[in-house]
Amino acid sequence: MLNNKLILAVVSLLLLQSAIVFAGFVAPHDPALQNRDLPFVPPTRIHFVDARGHWHLRPFIYQWAPLPQSVYEYQESGQREYPIYFLVRSNESTNAGVRTQFHLFGVEAPAQIFLAGSDNYGRDQFSRILFGGRISLGAGLLATGISLLLGLLLGAVSGFHGKWVDEPVMRLAELFLVLPWLYLLLAVRAFLPLHIGPAQTFFLLVAVIGTIGWARPARLIRGIVLSAKSRNYVLASRGFGASNGYILRRHILPHTYGVLLTQAALLIPQYVIAEVTLSFFGLGLSEPMPSWGNLLANLQQYSVLVSYWWMFAPALAVILVSLGYFTVANAIQERLQSASA
Amino acid sequence: MKYLERRMVHGALLLVSVSVLCFLFTDLAPGNFFDEMKLNPQISSDTVASLRSQYGLDRPLPVRYGRWVHSVMKGEWGYSFAYNSPVRGLILLRAPNTLLLTGCATLIAWLIAVPLGVWTASRAGGWPDRVCMSGTSFCIAVPEMVVVFGLLYFSIRTHALPAGGMFSRGFEQFGFAEKMIDLAKHLIIPVLTLVLASLPILVRHVRASMIEVLNAPFMAAARGHGISRSRVLFGYALPAGANPLISLFGLSLAGLLSGSLLVEVITGWPGLGPLLLEASVSRDLYVVIGVVMSSTVFMIMGNLLADALLVAVDPRVRTE
Repeated sequence: MLNNKLILAVVSLLLLQSAIVFAGFVAPHDPALQNRDLPFVPPTRIHFVDARGHWHLRPFIYQWAPLPQSVYEYQESGQREYPIYFLVRSNESTNAGVRTQFHLFGVEAPAQIFLAGSDNYGRDQFSRILFGGRISLGAGLLATGISLLLGLLLGAVSGFHGKWVDEPVMRLAELFLVLPWLYLLLAVRAFLPLHIGPAQTFFLLVAVIGTIGWARPARLIRGIVLSAKSRNYVLASRGFGASNGYILRRHILPHTYGVLLTQAALLIPQYVIAEVTLSFFGLGLSEPMPSWGNLLANLQQYSVLVSYWWMFAPALAVILVSLGYFTVANAIQERLQSASA
Repeated sequence: MKYLERRMVHGALLLVSVSVLCFLFTDLAPGNFFDEMKLNPQISSDTVASLRSQYGLDRPLPVRYGRWVHSVMKGEWGYSFAYNSPVRGLILLRAPNTLLLTGCATLIAWLIAVPLGVWTASRAGGWPDRVCMSGTSFCIAVPEMVVVFGLLYFSIRTHALPAGGMFSRGFEQFGFAEKMIDLAKHLIIPVLTLVLASLPILVRHVRASMIEVLNAPFMAAARGHGISRSRVLFGYALPAGANPLISLFGLSLAGLLSGSLLVEVITGWPGLGPLLLEASVSRDLYVVIGVVMSSTVFMIMGNLLADALLVAVDPRVRTE
């Protein structure tokens, strides 16, 4: 039952995520490259018709020039057209290792292309969104992995073993489920070090977010294991002398794959939003490292919120990711239900 | 009332275990409030050490926990390093604001969700249903942060609503009616955000639970008796399907409180959210624990309310 919505969701997820993975190639500029003379420029307009009314097959842009006697207002300087070239070699000096030599698209040297405008330091937002996606989406994916692993382990053990393991594990799960996750997240974050390197912060975030969400998958998996372990074929294979490990691996865990998959598709967007929230609050990755959360934090300034609508652009990426994953989760759930019915 | 008593004991146990968990987490922490102070060259390390011992941070974990429990008994709820005052006053000042926000949002969200869910379920598959379902699935994907910024953007652009905070300037001089109107105006954006965030999930659950009931044979019988459509839906189907919805009411509070934290911080609503964030950044340990505990109390109260409703609605729970 492949419907159009699912195909659309999967294709846009794939496009967005490969753009993020290959951000060094897709992003036209270095995410940390500052243009102090071009803060808050609006998104570059892409033209096909020049000032004399001639049509161009190859799209081109004009450079933004600050309006005289104004603050952060710009007009297109119509002096020179800069055609957009694809698969260009860049001459920009860059931080080593962050970017490739080749880029998907770009314009000639003095001009810069700002697809999503620039921020207060004149950094290209589009590139920052792509590189920020590595942090936000990466944290979401890794944290989901941790949650599912913990949930699978604890859920399977407590469902399979039962008795004295089951009770404490499930009470603990209840504790984690009843607390509002954002309160818990902030509280746990409060007890952990604040001034550490970016790599450590990233893994700390992943660990905290992943650990907090273990309870729901654990509960679901416990239920499945509990019902699977009393099936006749499990009893039969126990009768033939199969070991616990073999029964778990061969007969019980395969039942949990569907739930794991659905949970993954549901947890990824939630955890991306969790990372975005923490970075937004200044408790996650901080400047100059881009993350969707600290990009959105710019909106907390009144003047930015009111005057520069393109600073909303990172929100679009967040919405796209969650919409995509929720659609996939719905499709998996429907498929599972129709399979079991 | 056996059932409710059991739930109350359960809630109390939960509260105790949350506090134990909090203290276990504090022990994992490599730094504390006074370590940040050491970075200040004007404060000598002797001062920091004496402050540490004054607040009892150099004691082992069980002693600290015992002291905290004692201070809760005394009605201080721990001591804030940053505000240099008991935590209780800080929380009591802000908790009603959070309660007002989440209370309004819960009420409005349920008042919209129930009729909408019942209506879409009664016409499942029709175009209003399909529009509603795709609308809700879109709303689920939009994070609260984006919603609140979008609303703030429009309210600032159109000057229709105040851009954050809880009161206008000169609130004290207003008359009673003016005060209420002013407060309501400030409530609109945060409440609307929370309603938009929680509504889609509620509508979906109401719809799913109603569809299940509507397919039951007794519904066909009720219709066969010639009972009017609205009476069938709201008089017979809704009570029959209310059970899971009441449990959902308790569970949905957790999401609402989380959303409220974020919205409070962004709109500058003086609730528990900004207090917790501030305390998290400055590592004001007992304030963090106090806020987490009060959010747990909210949750437990909400769940007790749900349990009481369940007892009132479902005779099976009463006789159990």
